[in-house]
Amino acid sequence: MLKSKHLLGLDGISREEIYTILDTARSFREIFDRPVKRVPTLQGQTVVNLFFEPSTRTRISFELAEKRLSADIVNFTSSASSVKKGETLIDTVRNIEAMKIDMVVVRHVSPGAPHLLSRVVNANVINAGDGGHEHPTQALLDMMTIREKLGNLEDLTIALVGDISHSRVSMSNIYGLRALGVRVIVCGPSTLIPREIEELGVEIYHNIDEIIPQVDVLNILRLQLERQRRGLFPSLREYHNYFGITRERLENASKPILIMHPGPMNRGVEISSDVADSEHSVILEQVTNGVAVRMAVLYLLAGGTSEIN
Amino acid sequence: MKLTKNVIIRRKGFQNLPERILLKDGHLIDPGTNMDKKCDILIKNGIIQDVDVIDAPAFSGQVLDLKGKIVSPGWMDMHVHLREPGREDEETIESGSLAAANGGFTAICCMPNTEPAIDNQEIIQYIKERSRELLIDVHPIASITKKREGKELSEILELVEQGAVAITDDGSPVMSAEIMRRALEYTKMIDIPVIGHEEDITMTENGQVNEGFVSTCLGLGGIPSVAEEIMIARDIMLAEYTGGKFHVAHISTKGAVELVRQAKSKNIKVTAEVTPHHFSLTDEATRNFDTNTKMHPPLRSEDDRVAIIAGLSDGTIDLIATDHAPHSSEEKEAEFIVAPFGIIGCETAMALTFMQFLHTKKLAIKKIIEKFVANPYQVLNLPQPKIVKGVIANLTIFDPDVEWIFEPKKILSKSTNSPFLGWKLKGKPFAVINNNQIFQSIL
Repeated sequence: MLKSKHLLGLDGISREEIYTILDTARSFREIFDRPVKRVPTLQGQTVVNLFFEPSTRTRISFELAEKRLSADIVNFTSSASSVKKGETLIDTVRNIEAMKIDMVVVRHVSPGAPHLLSRVVNANVINAGDGGHEHPTQALLDMMTIREKLGNLEDLTIALVGDISHSRVSMSNIYGLRALGVRVIVCGPSTLIPREIEELGVEIYHNIDEIIPQVDVLNILRLQLERQRRGLFPSLREYHNYFGITRERLENASKPILIMHPGPMNRGVEISSDVADSEHSVILEQVTNGVAVRMAVLYLLAGGTSEIN
Repeated sequence: MKLTKNVIIRRKGFQNLPERILLKDGHLIDPGTNMDKKCDILIKNGIIQDVDVIDAPAFSGQVLDLKGKIVSPGWMDMHVHLREPGREDEETIESGSLAAANGGFTAICCMPNTEPAIDNQEIIQYIKERSRELLIDVHPIASITKKREGKELSEILELVEQGAVAITDDGSPVMSAEIMRRALEYTKMIDIPVIGHEEDITMTENGQVNEGFVSTCLGLGGIPSVAEEIMIARDIMLAEYTGGKFHVAHISTKGAVELVRQAKSKNIKVTAEVTPHHFSLTDEATRNFDTNTKMHPPLRSEDDRVAIIAGLSDGTIDLIATDHAPHSSEEKEAEFIVAPFGIIGCETAMALTFMQFLHTKKLAIKKIIEKFVANPYQVLNLPQPKIVKGVIANLTIFDPDVEWIFEPKKILSKSTNSPFLGWKLKGKPFAVINNNQIFQSIL
């Protein structure tokens, strides 16, 4: 069981809750190999996917998770710009809730938007990414993937590489992994490492070659290309030369390193194609596990226990 | 643009004083005249007739029992946003004045970021006219530049002649050092301060909260303390170079306090104000994404808060002003990055100040009264109210020890955007008297 009726983030989550979700996700993962990939768990429940920011893979992943749990689904997509034009988030959600829905999955450009919703609606709220704040299901699927490949998470060293400052993926990973006591390294240009992040118990590096011999996992973050215009790095060329993960760099590893990326990738920028497609890359397994983790979260928030029949 | 003139203001809430009224048994504290004693005040036709021990039974007229209460000269809040003209749904000159009176003030300065801005003589006249019959003295502050665009100086001499008491482009920092230099130079002729909202906006484009651990944890864009300090350093240098009077609005960082401290030690003409929220809260208050913790400058770190308290205690920071910034609930009940900056402040300023300074024994009551009376009047070069015979009775009456809860129903501002809702506060305004009127606080 989870303590909260919402999943707003991994900030403050306990190790027990993380393992409950990961164990439940593993059970759901097994269903994927059956000819009928559907269980009646959420039959009669209605889930709304509220996407105020463009998203393809996260939205599809949630939809698939909901369908495989036999939930009824409503999709609402709106751009952030129309939100600013007076269509208030609270009104939108209250309207939808009046149609008697049970759960809300929300993606929004503003940090805290899911928290705002959780205060005004009765439905369970799941954060599917709020600005640069959190993306809890992404971090959970990352943890699930690492655990499946390398076993006990707590003995590992995991590096988050790239634009830490604007990454909800990195924040949720840091909260989740640190709750388990995992050694976490953040590595990227100093302009893309947010202030005082060391207070969260992570180690800061700016040299990829220094961390490669130490780590078990490289979780490579997407570089938003618009950051260049804001003066946060000088050019894609320089970024790739100093922070891009290439096969050549990985030759200095003392053991095989698990390669992860939340997608979508900028091939040739933060990750070279040969690394993305290498045998140690688990990027597609992350996508598969994403569906399982989201099923687990939906199921547990709907009141399910970790025993699945 | 056409503004209605000669509008008669309804005196809702403000009552005329009786012809003769005796304020009985109050504790009078007026640092301006070195008064600190239990004594009575006789007011006739709004004028202080006598300050003495007066026999109540022998007095024919109304008697107001002020036993246990403190009577001081009327307090001023020199940083208030009235939304009239432009956003009368959020605040009007009248509702803002009622809020100020409710909070224990008898005078306010209103900031020029109205729509249209206070950059022309007609708007000054409009504000003067609309506030003519109020208990509150409303002193307009004009913009430094036309339309607050930071490009061309407003007609400062005429605006001041019409009644402006200072100039600022508050909310829109003057990014051009050249314009700021000329503003400081030009105002030397009339000895008014140039008030700076100090923020280098090239560094704060996506800023929502103080840049630091909390902004990192919340994924919100940061407003670095150095963006404020850079501008304060620049304007202190310009004040030194030109000899103009520079006043720092809502100072919020440790480094800024240190810059002002150094400038004062070099006798540069610089003064500074701080808001009650900056000495009462830190950015930790934003952790639940409450948009009532979103303001410019942002709530800072505990280090900054401690430095501000020290700065106010040692006199580096001259005065307390609220930056009362009403916003409609529709606008504030929104996503954090969409919600506007600012909170209301007039009605909580007294209690928050007493809680941080009086009840913790950091400042004596006399010193606190100076922060709200002598110092703002002095910064603005205006004659300050005093408790002496023959002048208009301009008084703030309060009880520093009463505890109360800040609830929406007690708010007289048209807006309720405050992070202090539901707080138990200590220290309460009782009534204000000014312009032959009285208002009893409903807090």
